[in-house]
Amino acid sequence: MTHAVERREVALVDLLDRVLAGGVVIAGEITLTIADVDLVRISLRALIASVRMEDQDGDDGH
Amino acid sequence: MNESHATWLYAVTTAPPGNGPPQALTGVTGVAHEPVRLVVGSGLAAVVGSVPLSDFAEEALRDHLEDLRWLERTARAHHRVINESAHHGQVVPLRFATLYHDDDRVRAMLDERRDDLMDTLGRVEGRTEWGVKAYVDPGAFAAAPAEDTGGGDRPGTAYLMRRRAQRQERDTAHDRAAARAEEIHTALAAPAVATAAHPPQDTALAAYEGWMVLNNSYLVPDNATDDFTAIVDALRERYPDITLELSGPWPPYSFTAPPEESP
Repeated sequence: MTHAVERREVALVDLLDRVLAGGVVIAGEITLTIADVDLVRISLRALIASVRMEDQDGDDGH
Repeated sequence: MNESHATWLYAVTTAPPGNGPPQALTGVTGVAHEPVRLVVGSGLAAVVGSVPLSDFAEEALRDHLEDLRWLERTARAHHRVINESAHHGQVVPLRFATLYHDDDRVRAMLDERRDDLMDTLGRVEGRTEWGVKAYVDPGAFAAAPAEDTGGGDRPGTAYLMRRRAQRQERDTAHDRAAARAEEIHTALAAPAVATAAHPPQDTALAAYEGWMVLNNSYLVPDNATDDFTAIVDALRERYPDITLELSGPWPPYSFTAPPEESP
């Protein structure tokens, strides 16, 4: 892999597209009920909620 | 490990020759700031760390996933370990939050899944995942505005017809943008051995304006990397009304499923 490119921090959204929905799925023993779709949905809800909150904080500051 | 810890899996790689973890993983820490190590078995090695159940048992994990800062920190740590491991050999990344009770169960899993893990390692060997996103400004794809949409002297009718014309124009613009995205995808797919589509990203998260018409991953042979980036540059030049964003190189997150998933 091209190491020069790799040092730049990746965008969180692009990373979540991959780590939450990609990768080999093996039924882990502890999080068996956190199915793939579920994991993405839970996290996206958190993301959207927190981004909106940050936007509001930003607006208040001006 | 024991009752207070579980084993978090980052990646699977081929077993290193000899015993013990490769020097390079020394000093690498994982999602719980734990030292990362290898669990070796069946010709494979799992890159793992021991994480406290107080934070990573199902209920605790579920709570944490709702916390963006925790999620970001942990997702980046997961990615960092996979990237570090990739410097020393081909890796197959594991889905975020794959946890086993202890190392023995990880070894049992390696044994059980040996064949398909080996297949996957072979499929991604010498190839790299690249991401490409495309955005368009809807205005750039709209037709010239219609002068008179009809309805004449009846304001209610005129309004409805105007609305319908706007809707049709939007649909047409969308179709044109989608057709352009398809052309772009076809060009990018040429040097790739597999492609994968991700859903369009939420505008609030990705901080873009307009329509995201493409959010794909391409698995490109390492000897075709220059061809691929040259195609991206050429597409940018040919279609200035489309914003193309290239990301990568990525570990092959989007290409770990059996091949029938990738067109």
